[in-house]
Amino acid sequence: MAELVQLLFAGLTTGAVYALVALGFTLIFQASEVVNFAQGEFVMLGGMVTVFAFKAGLPLPLAAALAIAVAVTTGLLLHRLAIEPAKGATVVTLIIVTIGASILIRGLAQIVFDKQFHAFPAFTGDEPFRLLGAAILPQSLWVLGGAAAIVFGLWLFMERTLLGKAVRATAANRLAAELVGIDTRLVLALAFAVSAAIGAVGGILVTPITLTSYAVGTILALKGFAAAMLGGIGNPVGAVLGGLVLGLLEAFAAGWISSTYKDGVAFLVILLVLLAMPQGLLGRRAVERV
Amino acid sequence: MASGTRTKLLVLGSLLLVSLLVPLLFPSPFHLRVAALVWINAVAALGLALLMGLAGQVSLGHAGFLGIGAYATALGPKHLGLDPLASMGLGLVAAGLLAFLVGRPILRLKGHYLAVATLGLGILVHLVLVSEVPITGGPDGIQVPRLELLGWRVAGPATWYGITGIVLLLAAWLALNLEDSSTGRALRALHDSEVAASVVGVDVARHKLVVFVIAAVYAALAGGLFALFNRFVTPDVAGFLRSIELVTMVVIGGMGSILGAVVGAALLTVLPQALTLFHEYEHAVLGLLIILFMVFLRQGIVPGIAGLLTRRRAA
Amino acid sequence: MSLLEARSISIAFGGIRALDSVGFAVDPGEVLAIIGPNGAGKTTLFNIVTGLYRAQAGEVRLEGREVTGLPPHALAARGLARTFQNLQIFFRMSALENVMVGRHLKERRRLWAELLGLPSVLRENRESRERARELLAFVGLAERAGEAAAALPYGALKRLEIARALACEPKVLMLDEPAAGCNPVETEEIDRLILAIARKGVAVVLVEHDMKLVMRISDRVLVLEQGRVLAEGTPREVRSDPRVIEAYLGRHGLETAHAA
Repeated sequence: MAELVQLLFAGLTTGAVYALVALGFTLIFQASEVVNFAQGEFVMLGGMVTVFAFKAGLPLPLAAALAIAVAVTTGLLLHRLAIEPAKGATVVTLIIVTIGASILIRGLAQIVFDKQFHAFPAFTGDEPFRLLGAAILPQSLWVLGGAAAIVFGLWLFMERTLLGKAVRATAANRLAAELVGIDTRLVLALAFAVSAAIGAVGGILVTPITLTSYAVGTILALKGFAAAMLGGIGNPVGAVLGGLVLGLLEAFAAGWISSTYKDGVAFLVILLVLLAMPQGLLGRRAVERV
Repeated sequence: MASGTRTKLLVLGSLLLVSLLVPLLFPSPFHLRVAALVWINAVAALGLALLMGLAGQVSLGHAGFLGIGAYATALGPKHLGLDPLASMGLGLVAAGLLAFLVGRPILRLKGHYLAVATLGLGILVHLVLVSEVPITGGPDGIQVPRLELLGWRVAGPATWYGITGIVLLLAAWLALNLEDSSTGRALRALHDSEVAASVVGVDVARHKLVVFVIAAVYAALAGGLFALFNRFVTPDVAGFLRSIELVTMVVIGGMGSILGAVVGAALLTVLPQALTLFHEYEHAVLGLLIILFMVFLRQGIVPGIAGLLTRRRAA
Repeated sequence: MSLLEARSISIAFGGIRALDSVGFAVDPGEVLAIIGPNGAGKTTLFNIVTGLYRAQAGEVRLEGREVTGLPPHALAARGLARTFQNLQIFFRMSALENVMVGRHLKERRRLWAELLGLPSVLRENRESRERARELLAFVGLAERAGEAAAALPYGALKRLEIARALACEPKVLMLDEPAAGCNPVETEEIDRLILAIARKGVAVVLVEHDMKLVMRISDRVLVLEQGRVLAEGTPREVRSDPRVIEAYLGRHGLETAHAA
């Protein structure tokens, strides 16, 4: 029982970060059909900027706010300087653009920061508490709670605000959205900004547990992409579900099968799920119209 | 991109010309080593260009097949007492077989779903290479014995430059032939419309499988050549970044263009070497250049330049 | 025994019956038109017969052999070809290459020979190219052979699809709205084309909204409404069938027709 709870919490914590990255993928994908492989870099920026601002003497909340601001600016610049000029290019070309951007961001981070691993103190201490015999880090609760708050906030924004509805309209049909007067360029810029902020918050929440370095973005982008696909691309609920499932798969594979092959087990399961459900867990079945 | 005999001769001729010019212009061993690496990478990129450019099927895990070719060449002599060349042959068969077995289910997936499935495949191969330390040597990599052909010790950058150049020319020749054939036309057709291809009789699943296997064998060939040439391989050869690099080569050179795959491979092999001049800015500049290339020559270098030339001629 | 026969085909999408026990038969050289209001299930019927969808009930027979549920490429190999309502062109290829793909089943594909570019492959390429040229000439696109398909106007693309389907040397040709979006001159060309194809002994099944065209060239007409067969017969019979007039024009139309 204790082991089960332990693995469950470990899986949910990593899964929550994957879910946030996958959510970022989904937002940008919905608004533009672009798969943004620079998504992981936002998480990296969130962690790294906080670390360095904190070390420079800023209080943690302020350092975190600065990190979010840096990530959002990066996201907007990415949209303005790379995605928009490449508008109309094929999907694969746009993917390569975002990969180029992620290499660029990582390259700059390596110069501005360094190549070491870093962390800052957990928000409310490092003393694990006991739950059904398992030792849980308080920071895990911060990650889970923070992720839940973001998902809820995003849902409110999408359902309740005019701007959110504009994003959904653009996702459903870009041309129709433009015809009713929605500035789809603005919507796309907004998607990049929000995705960047979500990624950065994820990075800030998880850094006290997992540490961070300039290079953590690649693997997160990869896992986030896999999670988004597992859930069914373009579906925010699917993204969150996919992220949590992926995190749990890894944790239980590491605990029960083999820690070296935890990624292997996770991807094997993703492969099997996709073979059974080619549109992911919650993806729409596309009926080909001819 | 109708290839016909004239295009075939043009592409092969220009490749031959360049491969003859390089040793004259850059005779230093260092340059020849880099050039040999270009030819090796180009072989892998060519295979991927057939899969992605011709047939429109994305693979984000193609380095997995590169790894199979490289490690078969390294492990055959060590564990089975085989000749390195025979081991490499075994690697090609293994890669082709794996592609054949997983290809049919995986290739039913479309677009990004196919991308993530192939990504997973690549990760699995990489993971095995890293984790099975007693067999593969793990993350530290493994030595590859020197290739000997009938008592001739194959060594030296110039020799390897020649060998890899000839292999590339052969690989390009086969790829061009495939383009200009019934199968090639069927692949291009299913890229545009699987439905229309199937109603004129193209067995879409079978054709995708065929090109997937061909691309896997090309990658394994490149991997094997790399192992023999470098005499040392690490699991990085099968890593995610290598897969991304291969895709970038194909896209930056120009999807669906045989020459483009070679140009893309050359660019992405030579650039990092040249960018060491920028020291710590190396990665940042590489990323920036990739963005600039894709924004300004979005069809890729070869089709982009070809387009500019025809437009100028028309004007 | 008819050349192509579909019997009591039924399919439902999400609980809505798209086709309810619909059937038809067609013989060599015959032109059968399938008409009906939008949403009557015409294209769905096409998609089932050509293997793109799987019917929930019913069977399809080609030359007397059951072919129900075979994949499209297997049906093509048995002599069934089709075009599409919303164009399925290979846009990255030239017009000529589009038609050459239609020759796929007539080409012997041996991968090794193709990779090595053996003379037999080159000879076959040449044959396919010549045959494709003839077909382009037949549909009136001879001069545009080398052009990129993406550069051709809509009417030309409609005929390009017909040429590509003919390259399969089909026994049955199914045309989904061949004249949709074409101007009167283009429609007349397609009209002539269809009759020429039928004269060669090919059974032609077409879905079409242009009633003039349907009445001119069809031997028989099948009328569908809401997934059911409403009427079937010669153009003359169908035209005067009160149920058909009602379906097309409503009650008011029926009264007007009676008054006339």
